[in-house]
Parts: sequence; C-alpha cells; structure tokens
Amino acid sequence: MALRFEVLGRFNRARAAQLTLPHFACQTPLFMPVGTQGTIKGLTTDQLEEIGCQIILGNTYHLALRPTSELIDELGGLHKFMNWPRALLTDSGGFQMVSLLHLADITEKGVTFQSPVDGKPMLLTPEESIQIQNRIGADIIMALDDVVRTTITGPRIEEAMYRTLRWVDRCIAAHKRPHEQNLFGIVQGGLDPVLRDICVRGLVDRNLPGYAIGGLAGGEDKDSFWRVVAQCTAALPEDKPRYVMGVGYPLDIVVCSALGADMYDCVYPTRTARFGTALVPEGVLKLKHNAMVNDTRPIDPTCACMVCKNYTRAYIHCLVTKDAMGSQLLSYHNLYYMLQLSRNLHSSIVEGRFPEFVCDFLQKMFPKGDVPEWVCNAMDVAGIDISSCCSS
Amino acid sequence: MKFAVKALSSGKARAGVVHLGSCPSSIETPCLLLSTRKGLPIFISPDLLSSLPSPDSNLLQFSPLHFSEGPSPKTISSIGGLHQMVGLHEYGFAAVARDSIQCLPECGSTNKTGASFETPCGRRLIKPVEYMEMITSMKPNLWATLADEVPAWANNKRNKTSVDRTVKWLDECIARSPAGGAVFGSIVGGSNIEERKRCAQEIIYAGYWIGGFGLGESMEERPSLLNAVTDNLPKDWPRMICGLGLPEEVLQGVAAGVDLFDSAYIYHLTIGGFALTFPLDRTEKIDYNYQLSDQGSDRTKINLRATVYRKDATPIVEDCCCYTCQNHTKAYINHLLNVHEMLAQILLEIHNTHHYLGFFRSIREAIKEGCFEQFQKKFVQSRREHLAADVVSV
Repeated sequence: MALRFEVLGRFNRARAAQLTLPHFACQTPLFMPVGTQGTIKGLTTDQLEEIGCQIILGNTYHLALRPTSELIDELGGLHKFMNWPRALLTDSGGFQMVSLLHLADITEKGVTFQSPVDGKPMLLTPEESIQIQNRIGADIIMALDDVVRTTITGPRIEEAMYRTLRWVDRCIAAHKRPHEQNLFGIVQGGLDPVLRDICVRGLVDRNLPGYAIGGLAGGEDKDSFWRVVAQCTAALPEDKPRYVMGVGYPLDIVVCSALGADMYDCVYPTRTARFGTALVPEGVLKLKHNAMVNDTRPIDPTCACMVCKNYTRAYIHCLVTKDAMGSQLLSYHNLYYMLQLSRNLHSSIVEGRFPEFVCDFLQKMFPKGDVPEWVCNAMDVAGIDISSCCSS
Repeated sequence: MKFAVKALSSGKARAGVVHLGSCPSSIETPCLLLSTRKGLPIFISPDLLSSLPSPDSNLLQFSPLHFSEGPSPKTISSIGGLHQMVGLHEYGFAAVARDSIQCLPECGSTNKTGASFETPCGRRLIKPVEYMEMITSMKPNLWATLADEVPAWANNKRNKTSVDRTVKWLDECIARSPAGGAVFGSIVGGSNIEERKRCAQEIIYAGYWIGGFGLGESMEERPSLLNAVTDNLPKDWPRMICGLGLPEEVLQGVAAGVDLFDSAYIYHLTIGGFALTFPLDRTEKIDYNYQLSDQGSDRTKINLRATVYRKDATPIVEDCCCYTCQNHTKAYINHLLNVHEMLAQILLEIHNTHHYLGFFRSIREAIKEGCFEQFQKKFVQSRREHLAADVVSV
C-alpha cells in the first residue's frame, strides 16, 4: 500500500477526501485527463499544473508500443520522461486491446493480438501488464481485467468476471513495487447485480489499495449504468478510493459522486475540443457553428480560465478545426472546466452545501426543468432532493 | 511609433531602437518579427509566449488576409482591435499583406484593381479599400501599404507596372489611413535596379517596407538589389523586409541597412522536426572534432526524429534557458514526434524562436562593437567549413 485515503466530509453517500499518493496529495472527487501517449494533446505540463490537474492517466498499451516501457524505465520512469511532478495512473492495456483490435483473442493465458506497429503477434498476460506498468512507474496501476462490452449478454459475462478475479491474483503476485505503486482491482460483471456482487466481494477479500468499477461507459443505457455504480459503491469499502473508469460527461460525474465514487477519467473533454466543442454549464457550445462567427461573448462568462478571460467566441470560431491553436485553447478551457467541476464537488461536500451545488448544476443544465429520469432516480437513491430542479 | 539609430558598424549595418505605444519597453533593432497565424503564434499559446525573452519577442507580424474568413471588420472593431481580440495587450503588431508562410503573392493574378495572394482560403484578390478596412478595424502598431510584388525574373515591363501600381496603392492606402498606427511605405521593383531606385525615391513616409525579396532572387544578386533600395532611403527611418528568413539572408539584409525582419525559417524548422543548435557564443572557435550524426544534422540544427535521440536525456542545447530546454529532453521530443503529438511542435517552436532571437541579439552586439562585417564573414565561413569538413571526412 502506497497511499492514504482520508475522508474530509460527507453528504450521505457522497464523500470528499484527501488521497495521498507517492507523487502528490490529491483531493477527491477528481477528474483525470487522459494523456494517452505521455502527453495531454496540445498542453504542456506547466499548463496542466496551472489549471489544477492532479493525476494524469497514461495508456499502457500505447506507451508499451512507443517508446516502450523498457525505454521509459531506462530514462527513469514516466514522471521523469514527461517531466510531470504530480501523480500518474496507468491502465492495464486491456481496454485498448478490446476496443482497438478486432482480432484480439482472449484466453486464460491472456490477450493475444497483432501489434499495429509491426504486425508481430503479441500476448498480453496479467504478469506482462504489471511488469510494463512497474517499469512505467505510475502511482496507481490497474490490474488486467477481462473486459466485455455491457451490450453483450450471456455466459461470456460470467466467464469474464471470474477470470478477472483469477487474473487479479496473478497481477498481485507479479507486482514488484507494492510500496511505490498502488494496484487497483477492477469490478466486472456486466449489468448483472449477482455477478457484480461476487466480483466486489472477491476483490475486497484481496485487500487492495483501491478499486475501480469497470466495464461501463460503453453504450449501456443510463438507467443500468447508474444502478451498477450505486450497487458497487455501496459494497466497496468506505476507506478506500473508488474509481469509475471511462466516465465522462460532467452530468455523469456529478451523479456518480452523489452515489459515492471518487475518481474519473475520460477522453471526452479533450477529444470534443478538437472537434470545436466547448464544455459550458448549460451543456456544450459548438464553436464551429456559423452563429459564432461574430459572437463577441466569451465561451463561458462564469469561467475563470485564461481562454474565457481573453478570447471571444468569434475568435475561437475562426481558429477551430483550422489551426492547431484552436484545439489547444479549447482543450485548455475544457480541462479547466472539468478540473473546476472536481474542485467544486470537493469543496461543496466539505463545506456542507453539496445538495445546493447539485441543484444549481442541474438547474443550469436543464433550465426548463427537464432533468432526465435516470438522474432523478439516482439522486433519490443518493438521498439528494432535486425537486426544485424538476418541473415534473 | 518612434525609431532611432543608435550605432553603426563600418558599412551600412545599424543598431537602433523602436518604441511602440503598446509595448512597455523599447525594442532593439535589427529585430525579428515573430510569425503568427491570426495574431497568435502558430503553436505557442499566449501563456507560454511570455516565457520567451522580452522585449525581443514582443513584436509579432500578421497578415490581414488571415481573417478573410473570420470575424468581420465590424466585429473586430467592436472587440477593440487585434490586440484585444488575441489578448496580447503589451505586444506590438505589424500588419503586412504578405506573410511568408501562407499568404504568398501571386503576381500573375494581380491586376490594376488589387494584389493577389495564395492563401489557405484559396486565391484572394485584395483591393486597397478592403485592405484598409481591415487595417482600420485591427489597429496594428505599424502596417505596410499594399504592394504589387514581382519575383526577380520579371521582365522590365512587369517591373515598371509593379512600381506604378505600388505607388498608386500607397496613395489610396494613406488616404484611408486610420489615426494611430505607423505607415510603412512599400517599395518594390523586382530585380531591376533602376526601378527599385525610382520606387524608393517616390515614397517618403514614416518607415519603409521592402517587398519583392525572398521570391527567387539568388544570394549573389541580392546585395546589390538591397543596396539599390536602402541607398536611396533616408537613414533615420526604419526599414522592414519580408522573405529573408535564413540566417545568411538576414545577415545580407542587416548588411544593407534593414532593421526589421520576418522569417518563415522557424516555422519550417519546427514542422520538419528540427531544432536550432548553432552556437550563439561569438567567441567560440570552430570545432572540427564535432561528431556529426548522418541523419540531417549539421552544426546548425538537429532533426529530433532521428533514432539516435531515442534515449538522449539531455536538452536540445545544453545551456539554453528556453522553456523547452529547461523542462524537456531530446528523448521526449523524439517520442512526441514519433507518435505525432502536437506538443512536439509547441516545444520546438518555443526553442527555435528563443534560439533565433539569440542570433539577432548576437547581430546587435556585433554592430554595437563595430565588428558586424567580421561577424557576418565568420558566420558564413564557419557554415561552409563544416560542409567542407563533411566532404573530406566521408
């Protein structure tokens, strides 16, 4: 165990905490930008510190291909390689395998696939995944899990859940740096509450430093999504961090935080920036739209970031999708927005005004009171009264 | 805008000082105008711009044509002008129709009504009226009048036409000149020395923009063409030029008495994955023991895509104090280039700009010490000697 998790405030299931990792003391709930290939697209480490980024996620699959984990190790680890002084988390490589490679074949041994760089056959085992992550040196590493899409049904889901538990033991055995890197287990089980329950209990038995809820954020309906999160957060230990992988949209993060989750990651804010879309309290703002051509307002008048303080929608409009600077400025704003959301979640819980924050958030996003039913149901379970935001 | 010559080296090179309203400090000349796209550097975001040496890096160049498909002049005016729009209040902006990277003069399509350019939005014909509408809304610190530029091989008739049009458009631009903003009269004339002289004599204004260079004239013919212009310009007014980007070309411009330069060099280096490494220390001896890698490296620059840098954990230039060299290694940039990450260009543009600004500083120091001619000779010679050493060693 190489972390400390201290809850500083609560509201029902929601909690605000300090997560102390080897490289940085973080405040949760928190959002982790995704730095796929050892960089957040278009931003420097200075800028990331400036906007308050605490943890960055690196993709093991991509880094193992280029520049390779051996090279990163030789140069002193990923922190040193990219010059990021704060915390890092690496995923196991499993998700990319499934999402990127149609020819991936999953067996008890591991995942076999064809390297996209040179076509060589490769095998990613739990042991290999942990070895690669040990070399990369992130503060948090993820166990290799058997991921299945939530849109799949049948015995495959059960098989994947049990295999995930068997693989986590192999990951634990292979982990050479437990005092510097925290191995998180990932709860699988599809949308089946029985399977999820078995997986949670199995992982909790292994007494890991932290737990992730995996296999979601892949196209399942929102009603199923929140129910799985709610079930898992209720069953996972109070005193350890809970990470919902691949989430996501600001609304999803608020709901999951209300249900007791602490950590999130998603490519959405930076990816959508590169397509000219900004995140704002009302939802999204499409800066490519012709309506923006002469709009002299800032992207978000309530945002304190460098982009909103200096630039108009009209100017950003003429940059987006045409100039690299457009992507950079929008990525900067979108990440600032997500990190500010994290800060707001943390402080509103600590300061005892979480329900007010949630209502304010929902009112801005749904000014007509048309809050989606799944959100209302989830908030009900979370014990947060949002009747003032709902018209029905 | 205020300009004064402070020192002369024997010959025509001069060191001066420019003071612009929006910049808090004066800027020494000869100086480099940083290239921008729509008012911001191509890769360096505004918050990183301040990490470059100041006030050297405070002069930026743009072309009004960058905005041909952007916010209307009316919108730009309502925002308050270019400085406001791009959030660079303490920087100086120079507006020139031509930008050596992406708005290139297309003299075949230029006609009596306006100048034609190849731009990212296609071929554009811009008339003096339209040009001045943009200048008025953007409020740059200084701007060049619209010119009809022709390359060195244009015939005499075409040359003469370009001078006639440029002088006519000068009058039309000045007639619509906004209050504030220094006017640089444009001087053209192709490779015809007589036409250049005629143009230079006809135009008398607050500063001069020298056009028609960097369009195909040779290194050998350039000095006489430059001198034909600068010999006929009043000494106390600043001279700006476009198209002399490479170090040797800049030195030719300085030798002829030019004060302000744009350059596409940094951009092309950056997108090619190159980083400048040539020594800025003027007292350094030529080092023949320098090991050359065989992948496009010379004493001037290195190509960070080369596999030789995969594990190189040193900065691009050992004692460079730019953001890139202070924070990152060649190995990291090599990786970023390999995986096509935008951060590579950001870091390279920062370093290359920093380094090139250092080159301009060396030029100014040499002029002030009265030894510019030696500096120019030694610089050019050392580059050629390395090439000669290469040939011998192969």
